[in-house]
Amino acid sequence: MKNKFGLPESMKDTVTFYCPGCGHGIIHRIVAEVIDELNIREITIGIAPVGCAVLAYNYLNIDMAEAPHGRTPAVATGIKRVQPDKIVFTYQGDGDLAAIGTGEIIHTASRGENITTIFVNNAVYGMTSGQMAPTTLLKQKTTTTPLGREAKTAGFPLRVPEMLKSLEGTVYLARETVIAPKNIMTLKKYIRKAFDVQIKGLGFSLVEVLSPCPVNLRLDPIKAYKWVEENMVPYYPLGEIKNNIL
Amino acid sequence: MKNKILISGNEALAEAAIQAGCKAYFGYPITPQNEIPEYMSRRMPEEGRVFIQAESELAAINMVLGASASGVRTMTTSSSPGISLMQEAVSYMAGDELPCVIANVARGGPGLGNIAGAQGDYFQSVKGGGHGDYNLIVIAPASVQEMADLTFTAFDMADKYRTPVIILADGYLGQMMEAAQIEKKAIQSIKKDWALTGAKGRKPNIINSMYLADDALEKHNQKLQEKFQKIKKELCLVEEISTTDADIIFVAYGTSARICKSVIINLRANKIKAGLIRPITLWPFPTETIKQAALHAGFFLTVEMSAGQMVEDVRLSVEGKAPVYFYGRMGGGVPEEEKIIELVEKLHRESK
Repeated sequence: MKNKFGLPESMKDTVTFYCPGCGHGIIHRIVAEVIDELNIREITIGIAPVGCAVLAYNYLNIDMAEAPHGRTPAVATGIKRVQPDKIVFTYQGDGDLAAIGTGEIIHTASRGENITTIFVNNAVYGMTSGQMAPTTLLKQKTTTTPLGREAKTAGFPLRVPEMLKSLEGTVYLARETVIAPKNIMTLKKYIRKAFDVQIKGLGFSLVEVLSPCPVNLRLDPIKAYKWVEENMVPYYPLGEIKNNIL
Repeated sequence: MKNKILISGNEALAEAAIQAGCKAYFGYPITPQNEIPEYMSRRMPEEGRVFIQAESELAAINMVLGASASGVRTMTTSSSPGISLMQEAVSYMAGDELPCVIANVARGGPGLGNIAGAQGDYFQSVKGGGHGDYNLIVIAPASVQEMADLTFTAFDMADKYRTPVIILADGYLGQMMEAAQIEKKAIQSIKKDWALTGAKGRKPNIINSMYLADDALEKHNQKLQEKFQKIKKELCLVEEISTTDADIIFVAYGTSARICKSVIINLRANKIKAGLIRPITLWPFPTETIKQAALHAGFFLTVEMSAGQMVEDVRLSVEGKAPVYFYGRMGGGVPEEEKIIELVEKLHRESK
């Protein structure tokens, strides 16, 4: 019988450093499967962020660069402009993309750079051990919002695809989560569409992924998944937020 | 372009970068270097190359990082405050071992300062600028011709040593117009098998500066330091004028050196034997040249458009073998010949 569930060629055969229950492993795998299915592994260049996914280059079996915190889309721009025939994607967390790198993501999207962004939103700073993220929900406790995030002092959680929607340069913006197999299947469809947009040369595409961070939510993995479903999904609605593929 | 043309320093640098094979330019407007992005916005598309006006200096230098990681020659330019903004990525590129050229058409500081030429960015350029243990090759032109010639050198050195190179000019050199010849030169072609071009028929290439395993970062640092030592051994550009018989030796670079050249002629007419050591590479610094000169010189006078930065390296090179004096102007002020001559005559009298 043919083995249908093996290691994607775009993943290295190694153990990841991600915490138990973390969503990054699933998201890496989906990205790798899509790259395999589109047969673009040998022309794909990824940019890892600063954050938990900085080590993505140890797990993905493709050419990759590490970018300074938040500058990931600028690095991707430099690569894509001098190698327009390559497929270039950034893989960024909420701190990298929606806090320190807000300027870069907005202008890269606004220029309509023909790149793809995988934006992982877990509502917390994972690598630095649980501080408030720009996407931390109101009332959510983190190590820097010990009494829960208050809009009055810490502002509101940022909805990135909705924010980017108005930009002419954006072609495809979607949001999904990894909390259930059904969602994972849809997520894969979205990520594939996002890469397709780039292959067709249409412009900027981004898929946000709501991902559980059990360790920094101080929850066990099952409760963390439930937390995403009950708290994040209502604030961050799932679906295609912009689809100008037509 | 076989004949000399009248051209500004900024434009000479820009055209030289194109002739040196710069495939991608990324910049952000800031005075007094705006002529460079303006020139590039026209010329780069003409050559079928990449020009982007970035949203900030942060974005510009990180686009440079991406282009360099792709294996092409790439450059950004800015002026002092913009160069400060770029320092994080410069440190990354030093750690990543990525070649690039960064021109700083420096202006008066600190802070927003002003838009006149200044040399207050010496420490930033030569002593590191960003975080961590690293050096940059720093090249200081002193004429429009050198703004062009040393740009070729900068690209060659960046590729040869896989490291960022800073061209440290100033607003006066950027804005002044002189006759210069910008010729296409043979480009040193260096194989960049480390570049990110897609993992086709090979293992993936990774460009990174993070090393978490035990001792891994120290080993990486040792490798970098070996490279910096090699550069120190192999690369040092310096101009010496009338130093063999000089009692008084000026040490000055860039615009300050031009003024000193004129001072020397005046002093020699008054029977005061003066000479000049002009570092062209500020890093590596011409320590040996200065050390040798210290064996016969009466005293040194370092002239800078700063509060006294390079003078520290001159003192380290002289090793106490001769007095080292300093004359400087700050905040865009330019050393005046008369003032320098006055000071030299006073010091000369006192030293007798």
